[in-house]
Amino acid sequence: MQNAIRNPQSEIRNRAIHRPSYFRVFLTFARNSLVRDMLFPANFIIESISSFCWVMMNVGFYLLIFHYTAQIGGGTSDGAAWDKFQFFVFIATSMFINSVVQMFFMTNADEFSDLIRTGGLDFALLKPIDTQFLVSLRKVEWASLANLVVAIALMGYALPRVEGFTLTVWQVLLYPVYVAAGIAILYSLTIVLAALSVWLGRNSSIYDFWFYITTFSRYPMEIYSGRIGGLLRWGFTFIVPILIVVNVPARMLAKPLTREYAYLALFALAATAASLRASRWVFQRALANYRSASS
Amino acid sequence: MLARVLTWWTILRICIEERLVYRGDFWLGTLMRFLPIVTQIFLWGAVFTGMQAAGGSGARAIAGYSYHDFVAYYLLTTISRAFSSMPGLAGGIALQIRNGEIKKYLIQPVDLLGFLLLMRMAHKIVYYLIALVPFAIVFTLCRGYFPGWPPADVLLAFVVSLLFSFLLGFFLEATLGMIGFWFLEVSSLLFVYMLFNFFFSGHMFPLDMLPAPWNKIVQLVPLQYLAYFPSAVFLQKIEGRELWMGLCIQAAWVLFFMATSRVAYQRGVKRYSGFGG
Repeated sequence: MQNAIRNPQSEIRNRAIHRPSYFRVFLTFARNSLVRDMLFPANFIIESISSFCWVMMNVGFYLLIFHYTAQIGGGTSDGAAWDKFQFFVFIATSMFINSVVQMFFMTNADEFSDLIRTGGLDFALLKPIDTQFLVSLRKVEWASLANLVVAIALMGYALPRVEGFTLTVWQVLLYPVYVAAGIAILYSLTIVLAALSVWLGRNSSIYDFWFYITTFSRYPMEIYSGRIGGLLRWGFTFIVPILIVVNVPARMLAKPLTREYAYLALFALAATAASLRASRWVFQRALANYRSASS
Repeated sequence: MLARVLTWWTILRICIEERLVYRGDFWLGTLMRFLPIVTQIFLWGAVFTGMQAAGGSGARAIAGYSYHDFVAYYLLTTISRAFSSMPGLAGGIALQIRNGEIKKYLIQPVDLLGFLLLMRMAHKIVYYLIALVPFAIVFTLCRGYFPGWPPADVLLAFVVSLLFSFLLGFFLEATLGMIGFWFLEVSSLLFVYMLFNFFFSGHMFPLDMLPAPWNKIVQLVPLQYLAYFPSAVFLQKIEGRELWMGLCIQAAWVLFFMATSRVAYQRGVKRYSGFGG
């Protein structure tokens, strides 16, 4: 008889064992997005082309700069200065990271703020899956794949031309790790900014803010010289660690490792863990403060 | 005539009052617009340092622009962009065509282009009044980068080119918006336009840097008059006969797009069909 009355707590524990397969859910999201994109193939192609054009225009701009100078920054190309091919390795890394962030997180973060404003988040909260996972990965922006292709091509072109370049096992192993760390840091920033709309209501200037902040990550950190530059470099390394995002992996491939950068690479791992933790905390605070928009 | 002026004045006044409601966001938004320039200043600083490190002290200018000119140029483009950029204009027109809101201009005795122009003017006037403070702060802080005030006639030409760039920006975008009569979805087209605009208006770098044949191509399209031309005039990179020719060509482009937008609107309305109540 005792067994017939089911204990609700053990029921919950039993269900918890049957965790949803996050990977399979993600695959479904990716498939659905692809199906949706393929419904309007012309639109998809135009989006891919325009995103490709944007990247090529940026490459054109940097080519133009190197038309006039042999290096960016003073000193030698082993140290603070970046020559043409080293810089292109940097740009390719930046493209890798940004296209992945765009592909998986940007649209979702944008929609997350909309969900908060319109009250649509209710539906996400009801689903038996982690809410942050659900809102972060719901849609995949397949058109950004075009940028990824350009990034690979640019990397393939620039890397063998870097002076004195030899690929070591460590570089092969660590580069993907630090690219992933960079993606994680940018993701944290994106989701925090999106979650802020719980308190602010509007999000238009938050998005501009995201764009303006991430422009700082687009160039090698050595360009921030002088008193103000030094302050910016310190702030964007240790407080909001966006300078680490591209600088650490790009430098790992393009330049010989120095002691200073080995420390920075170690710090990058800590910064990534801290960013992810902080973004999770902000996200959960946001959910706790969320008041549905209906009635 | 008087009645018409009175109508226009009323529309302008209402638009200004409407705009003033949202002044809170403006301050922060305007100050943040200068953030990407900060990275540009540092980038060009590093480019010039690199040039001197690699090529000795001989290289001090790129395409006639010194480091200070570059910084001044980027700051000046924020002014010309403040005149010529029309956020949401083309997209707004296309949206009104798609959802049928355009019908109200066909029924009411108000001209679509005239109304939108007045609305933009109101928007811009309010924007300048509020943005004056952040602009003044940034330009005062950076005054060391400027060679000083140009002579009065150059300054006058600068102001005229800014006003033309406002009109050119407006009528060019309005023409693009009219494409909505023929194609339902114009957002990707507008994105492509935005890309080209960013690059070929001189927003990204002074167009003098471009090698052949690109330097000839940018001369042929009107986009350079939206950001590059006014800034280059202020920095006296374009002078004398070239300056007057430039202003005339800019004015011609304004007239061209004024006519094109009008014709496109009339043709479009003939094609347009509205249903429902």
